[in-house]
Parts: sequence; structure tokens; C-alpha cells
Amino acid sequence: MNFFTHIGRYLLMLKGMFSKPENPKLYWKEFMHQCSEIGVGSLGIVIIISFFMGAVSAVQAAYQIVNPLISKTVIPQIVRDTVILEFAPTLICIVLAGVIGSKIASELGNMRVSEQIDALEIMGINPKTYLVMPKIAAAIIMIPMLVILSMVLGIVGGRITVVASGIVSAETYDRGLIELFLPYNVFFAMMKAYTFAFIISSVPAYFGYYVNGGSLEIGRSSTKSVVVSCILILVADYILAALLL
Amino acid sequence: MIEFKNIVKKFGDKLVLNDVSHKMETGKTNLIIGTSGSGKTVLQKCLVGLFEPDEGEIIYDGTSFTQMSEEDRKLLRQQIGMLFQGSALFDSMSVEDNVKFPLDMFTKLKQQEKLKRVNEVLERVNLVGSNKKFPAELSGGMKKRVGIARAIVLNPKFLFCDEPNSGLDPQTSMLIDKLISDITRDYKMTTIINTHDMNSVMEIGDNILYLKDGKKEWTGNSKDIIFSENKNLNQFIFASEFLQDAKLHRMMEAKRI
Repeated sequence: MNFFTHIGRYLLMLKGMFSKPENPKLYWKEFMHQCSEIGVGSLGIVIIISFFMGAVSAVQAAYQIVNPLISKTVIPQIVRDTVILEFAPTLICIVLAGVIGSKIASELGNMRVSEQIDALEIMGINPKTYLVMPKIAAAIIMIPMLVILSMVLGIVGGRITVVASGIVSAETYDRGLIELFLPYNVFFAMMKAYTFAFIISSVPAYFGYYVNGGSLEIGRSSTKSVVVSCILILVADYILAALLL
Repeated sequence: MIEFKNIVKKFGDKLVLNDVSHKMETGKTNLIIGTSGSGKTVLQKCLVGLFEPDEGEIIYDGTSFTQMSEEDRKLLRQQIGMLFQGSALFDSMSVEDNVKFPLDMFTKLKQQEKLKRVNEVLERVNLVGSNKKFPAELSGGMKKRVGIARAIVLNPKFLFCDEPNSGLDPQTSMLIDKLISDITRDYKMTTIINTHDMNSVMEIGDNILYLKDGKKEWTGNSKDIIFSENKNLNQFIFASEFLQDAKLHRMMEAKRI
């Protein structure tokens, strides 16, 4: 199957998601379930990665600033900007592409192989609307929230590390955080988060939904979906940076 | 009644169904039989709309399914129940939720009424008390029975079964056959079963379509099969010496009657 066939089928899948739900209550229930799976289910890994990401970037920034003429307030500024602009949206979304993406692809792939998707279709239910739409909607709602949490935890992680190791005082760190802060950076990070959330959920959904074969194929398509999602995140990251910065 | 005329289905260059026509009768167990790869599953998937035939027409109770809009098909599908080869139960749901799912989706019944209906169909398939179990906790035969319960919970007019006996021991297999046959008569459904289980063919075959290499080779019922002189059919049905003996025995019995 060539590249354009994949693109066409992916777009048709997205178009096919928009149909009137047979019973909105069940769709809402499925959406809430996905919010819990995607949001709450990824909380642990996001907390751990964000904290250490902030801590390491603070220590490395302090290590590189050896000139006594440079103010110590630069350290929290570096932590803040790297975490908000790149680490929280991009790094966390690449991790989430692995965590959430593989889960979505294997769940839908398993449903396809075990004919559960066919069963829905024969019942007169649009499987794309019932299975794919809630996953994409939940990802678009929950992933930006996880990114905001990651920003906060990254900055807090940096603060705890540099203050505990005596590199910078708590007051200097807090002062540095406020200095030269651009709220636009947060807007830019959120634009990235929404774009990546769509990629992380829709690409694995496509690979899972159209699995053909057995359990081996489910594994393959799950891996493929993570690889393609990561590449698309990096490409989108560059495009958004070129357009918005 | 379901009628299909001149169905042709190709996958690439491979011709899977070649000009197949037949009528599936109401209140009877209609069997599609044939060796593996003869096109049984593809034909059934064409009939329920999971595959689009390249040529031909499918008619449900006088209405052309082939020319129906997607919305009309969705409505018709609420009158179709299907039992899949692997049962296709939703893994994350209990038996009760699996059976209740079509009721939740398509009816405005109260919760108590839904549970009453679920218990009725579970009783019909001899699965009383299994409501809270999950598919992973069930045996193959129980999964099939839950699949049947889910397929009939909305009182469908058409029931499709894809290899209902696959992977089951002979005793459970016979129970499933009897259950499907009884349900068909009780609810006056049009039941279409894909099978290569000889016991099913001989016991519940009211109207049999034998496919060979994607073509209609023979039609009849389980009594006609005994006296059929179709070489391919005889090779397929009475493949072993044991089955040939059984055929002779049945022929003698039929002549005696």
C-alpha cells in the first residue's frame, strides 16, 4: 500500500467519525472512560519525567554558567523557557505517543482481529464514531492538561534541585522565573500540545483500526504507529516553530 | 427471506464468488457449506454488508440491500443478529453488559426492563447466573451462547452464524446447533449458518447451499444430501469411511420408512 493510499484512508477514517450517535449517553460514557484512560492513566509517567526533566536541566544550566558576571537568575529562566517551549510539549508528547499510542493501536487492532469492530458495524453502530472519536476527543482534552502539569512540575523539579544543592537560593530562583517571562511562550506550547494530541490519538487509531491479520500484525502496527507518530510530532514541531516563533 | 442474485466478488485478480444466487428461507436454518476457501465467509460478509459485492443484488424481504443508503442499512442492521466464529464479545464488558449493549444503544427501555430482557435471553441460552462473568472466564461453548444471546436480544428477523461449532467438542456443538435451530423456529427468523460441520449439516440443514471454488454447486436439504449423486458434494460430506457408513445406514433407514 503506498503513501497516498494511507493518507486517503486516514482522511476517510476521520471523515467517517462524524455521524449522529445512536445513544449520546453511551458515547459520553465512552468519552469519559477514555479521558480517564488517557489522562489519569498517563499521570504517573508524566509526573516522574517532568520532575526529573526540570531537575536535570537546572543542574546542567548551572554547570554551564561559570562566568561570575552572569546573574544566577538566568538558571531558572533557562529552565522555564526550555521546559515551556520544548520539554513539556514535545518530550512529554513523544513519551505519550509511546504510552497512549501503542495502547490505542493495540486495543483497536485486537478489536479488529477478534471481529468486535465487525460486530459493532453489524449492530448498526458506526465503529469509527463509537471507538475512534472518543479517543481523539479525550486526547485533545487531556494531553494539553498533562502538558500544563508537566510545565509546572518541571519548573518545580528544577527549583527543588538547585535550592537543595545550594546552587541558587529559593528567592533568586523565584525572581528569575518572573523576569523576562513571555506569556506567548505558553500559548505556543499549548498550540503544540493540541497538535501533538491529535497526532498521538489519530495516527495509532488509524493503524489499529485497519489492522489486517493476527496477533503478530497487532504488534507490528502498534510499533509502526508509535514510530510514525514520533516522526510526525517532530515534523509538526518544526513547522509550528517556523510559523509561530 | 433473503434472496441474492448473481453475486460476484473479487479480491484483486482472485475471483472468490462467481455468480452465486440462492434464496434463504424464513423460519428455517439455511446452511452455506463448502471446504475452507470456498467463499462461505465472504458470501456471508457480503450479505451483511461488511463486503460490497462487485456484481449482483441482495434482497431482504423484497427490499434491495445493495441499493440501500447507509442510513437505511443502519436501520436494517438493527434487525440482524450475528454470531461470529470467535464470538466477538467485548472483552471489557461482563456477560450482562455484552448482552445489554444493543438494548442500551437502540432502545429507550428502563434499566429494570433491560435487565429483565437480558435475563430472559440468558435463560433461553441456558446461561442463568453468568451475568457478572467476563468473557475471559467463559469456555468456548459459553462464549458462543453469550454471542447468541447478544444476537437475539433485540428480536432480530435475521440471524447469521459464522462457523458456530468451530473449536467446540461434539456434545457442545450439538447443543449449539439445537439452540440455533430452536430459536429459529420459535422466533420465526431467517437463519444463515456457515459451517463445515457434518453433524450440523445432517441435523439442522433445512436449506443447504454447497459452494465449491466460489460457485454454487448444489442445493437441497439434509435428506436430499443422503441421496445426492453430486460427486464433489459426496467427497466433501462423506469424506471418511465412518461417514460413508453413516450415509449407507441413513439411506437404508430412509428406504425402510
